[in-house]
Amino acid sequence: MSVMVDIRSVHKSFGPLEVLKGIDLSVRAGEVTVVLGPSGSGKSTLLRTINHLEKVDRGAVSVDGTLIGYRRVGDRLHELPEREVLKQRTRIGFVFQNFHLFPHLTVVENVVEAPVSALKRPREQAVRDARRLLERVGLADKADAYPKQLSGGQQQRVAIARALALEPKLLLFDEPTSALDPELVGEVLDVIRDLARQGTTMIVVTHEIGFAREVADTVVFMADGRIVEQGPPGQVLDAPREERTRAFLSKVL
Amino acid sequence: MSSDTTLTKAPAAPDDLPVHADELPIVPQRRLGQWTAAAAVLVLLGLSVTSVLRNRAFQWDVVADYFTSDSVLRGLWLTLWLTAVVMVLGFALGTLLAAARLSANPVLRAVSWGYVWLFRSIPILVQLLLWFNIGALYPHLFGVRTVDLFTPIAVAIIGLTLHEAAYAAEVVRGGILSVDRGQVEAAQALGLSRWRRWWRIVLPQAMRAIVPPAGNMLIGTLKGTSIVSVIAVQDLLFSVQLVYHRTYQVIPLLMVATVWYTVVTSVLSVGQYYVEKRYARGTGAAR
Ligand SMILES: Nc1ncnc2c1ncn2[C@@H]1O[C@H](COP(=O)(O)OP(=O)(O)OP(=O)(O)O)[C@@H](O)[C@H]1O
Ligand SMILES: [Mg+2]
Repeated sequence: MSVMVDIRSVHKSFGPLEVLKGIDLSVRAGEVTVVLGPSGSGKSTLLRTINHLEKVDRGAVSVDGTLIGYRRVGDRLHELPEREVLKQRTRIGFVFQNFHLFPHLTVVENVVEAPVSALKRPREQAVRDARRLLERVGLADKADAYPKQLSGGQQQRVAIARALALEPKLLLFDEPTSALDPELVGEVLDVIRDLARQGTTMIVVTHEIGFAREVADTVVFMADGRIVEQGPPGQVLDAPREERTRAFLSKVL
Repeated sequence: MSSDTTLTKAPAAPDDLPVHADELPIVPQRRLGQWTAAAAVLVLLGLSVTSVLRNRAFQWDVVADYFTSDSVLRGLWLTLWLTAVVMVLGFALGTLLAAARLSANPVLRAVSWGYVWLFRSIPILVQLLLWFNIGALYPHLFGVRTVDLFTPIAVAIIGLTLHEAAYAAEVVRGGILSVDRGQVEAAQALGLSRWRRWWRIVLPQAMRAIVPPAGNMLIGTLKGTSIVSVIAVQDLLFSVQLVYHRTYQVIPLLMVATVWYTVVTSVLSVGQYYVEKRYARGTGAAR
């Protein structure tokens, strides 16, 4: 299978703090990668470098064979103008821990915003597509509500529909269920599970070990800005080779 | 006072609840202090109103005579459009200053900060007089005599706008800062252009925090324009002053101006209510 995401020796510091210390990772098309790791290990930062919300200091990220945020000229990487980066981002969906829906827009307006303004889709067509997507996440009847009128689980499902509206090649989830009440976690995981079944390429940062075991093709364990261990869930979760992985799992399980 | 349950062995205290607590009537507390205060305030208010209405020195008939006279209406009109122009230009400049202050460019940030510092420091009256006398510094500008360029009305617009912009910049900046940073990130992640992020995502949300102080400023500016009477711009205040310098009916003519300012302020307050409602969309509590 072809490689969808290729991350090569990515380094990233915030001031004196080195958050990513050389990450290499490749994700094949149609597969689900779950990223685990203690707080502060750099999971969010890594995810954000993939759609260039965070610039890398060294190394490179490519998605579907295209370098993200840079253009290679000879043996140099030139920063792309924002316009180009924005275009690249429309091919990559991002779902945030705190949803970040636009509170002044209705649910359907949230979903059609990007297709209409970034992809120049005709509004009518975008609305039709949006309603279909909302149906898919089980929220057809909430199209005209405002985000504040929805539960956290419903808001996160809208956020997923909003990301899907761009028909991305890749979906990134940053702890999509961490801000939710326990009884609402299931409905969001169901949607993600559904997407996995349909062969959507996804990278999911989560603390839901059960979900990882069930859905992941690859589990990546990060600590302290490095990938400590990666492999199929049966290996990393049930027979971890590294001491740090074992210590982490014994704490979250 | 005995407990209704036979299970209870301890002697019943007065606060022990009977089984059917929902049948106990509730007697609201008597708010004697509140009633007295309200009555006292109403009496004082009534006394003041009758004293104003019955004091012949107010000369309400003179007020009525001049209330809609041509010169007063012309003054009112100037006050209204001057307020509108100053508000629009002031907020346009203020928004640019706010954008500069929040930009990544250190030079722009410093200049914006310096502007706000300077124009908030100079009293508006001093500023008007300085612009009015600028001919003393630069007798000729762009090949014309400066006094021809800086007419009283031009000075009024320039001075008030520069003053307004310093305050508007802070109001707009506060509004933008009140918008969650995650909103911009979500918009960036969706590939929305810089322009679209600003107009569609940030500004509408910032408006919720901008409108109330902006409404305050609008009303302040309406009355604040009366300061231009010192440079002989014929606004509402200057118009009534022209009359009473002639007729010596000072109080009734000041009442003409007062009532007009009050009427316009009331209309503006109602307008503000509707604008606030417009920008409160989507802020309702969870269902
Ligand atoms: N914009 C920033 N400026 C400075 N430091 C940052 C910034 N973003 C992240 N950090 C720091 O980088 C480190 C890694 O952060 P990151 O959010 O990637 O961790 P994480 O693995 O996602 O943790 P969590 O599980 O708590 O979300 C943390 O120490 C964090 O404080
Ligand atoms: Mg994180």
